[in-house]
Amino acid sequence: MKVRSNIFSEMLNVRRDICGYCGCCVSVCPEGALELIDAYLSVEQNCTSCGICAKVCPLGALEVVHEKSV
Amino acid sequence: MKNQYDVLVIGGGPAGALAARTAVEKGLSALLVEKRPAIGAPVRCAEGLGKEALAEFMEPDERWISAEMTGAGIVAPDGFEMRLLSAMAGSKVGYILDRKFFDRELVWQAADAGADISVKTRASAPILVDGVVKGAQIEYCGQVSNVKADVVIAADGVESKFSRWCGIDTTVPVREIMSGMQYVMTDIDIDPHATIFYLGNEVAPEGYLWIFPKGDRAANVGIGISGRKSGEGHRAKDYLNRFVKKTFPNGKTIECIVGGVSVCRPLECTVGDGLVLVGDAARVVDPLTGGGIYNSMFTGRLAATVAAECIAKGDVSKKALMAYDKSWRASKMGKTIERNYLIKEYLIKQPDEKLNAIIHSVAKMNLKEFSTISLIKEIIRVNPKLLVDLGALAASLR
Repeated sequence: MKVRSNIFSEMLNVRRDICGYCGCCVSVCPEGALELIDAYLSVEQNCTSCGICAKVCPLGALEVVHEKSV
Repeated sequence: MKNQYDVLVIGGGPAGALAARTAVEKGLSALLVEKRPAIGAPVRCAEGLGKEALAEFMEPDERWISAEMTGAGIVAPDGFEMRLLSAMAGSKVGYILDRKFFDRELVWQAADAGADISVKTRASAPILVDGVVKGAQIEYCGQVSNVKADVVIAADGVESKFSRWCGIDTTVPVREIMSGMQYVMTDIDIDPHATIFYLGNEVAPEGYLWIFPKGDRAANVGIGISGRKSGEGHRAKDYLNRFVKKTFPNGKTIECIVGGVSVCRPLECTVGDGLVLVGDAARVVDPLTGGGIYNSMFTGRLAATVAAECIAKGDVSKKALMAYDKSWRASKMGKTIERNYLIKEYLIKQPDEKLNAIIHSVAKMNLKEFSTISLIKEIIRVNPKLLVDLGALAASLR
């Protein structure tokens, strides 16, 4: 799942094969852009690709990627 | 499920279950919704709970107790292990629960007491009227409906969204989220009645690694590290795998658990108009230990008690519900959180050499009482200089 950021030409990529659906990322998101819906992590359009969620993820399931590299 | 209740509880963990049960015991109608299809699963917890903490709520039952603890060990960064035993040799100090069955039992009790329960049911938006919470929009298998309630109790855990939708900022600072991972392991050589904590910047930066026994040769082997120390190549996963490879190379992992635990101060305000926040959603986790089961049950019960009083008086405003906020802050739990926050802030700043020195010096003493506070007092007694370092905290320890 890839979500285009409104501000930067970067996107938050959720590696569903790695994600453990624990919600750690949701708690640190300053924009409130993430939501854990059972075994599904939703990323809203207000994501700024700040990368805080990617940093704290225990498994490394989140990555901020540049549009070109996707 | 009806479309109107006195109390709507969002989340089916220990906080939500105690809130729902207490509400109906106080004569209110209550609905508990849980977004996941099963109560108690997946586990996001190391499952430790003190004996006295449990006794405040219920009798222990072997159906949801995995193991009984009689002691603990703290392993310093240099590998030296300090042992703590209960005052009476062999007597229990706590339990390692089986949360899948424990949580289910708590929700079952709420259901038996008269609460309505709905699983695979998500609160997807608050019903707000002039900024006052009046219930929630509920989604179940594609069906969307509105459930009205006098008071909504948000027990939606570390990934809490409901209170944010109501305008309360619940963001946990990066340095104060514990990024955690745990394996349930079997076929490993352990002390089956002692919890072991490993400290040190190499082992678990600004956190700790634990072995919590689940049987004679089984345990929760887990770790929590500060979010600010986490990153590619040095995540909770990397630290845990390194430890397990070295310590239990022949162990078998039968479950992989991940999760986040907040170790910040609780939210500045845990109520709104028609809204009460409890448990992890209120960020009332013990910042030193990361323990949250007791605090969740305590705040869940208290929230419903205060909600019942406010509903009876016909005033569920933020001002009226503040009785809940004030009450938990003044409680032993509230004071312990503040004290342990200060201790945590002190400990995470210490280099490994200092942690080694502290643990070595305390190990020479005879601890008469098994508790975090007696341990801290002993640390200060043998390291009087700490009194200066700890500043404001010192007074609260006397």
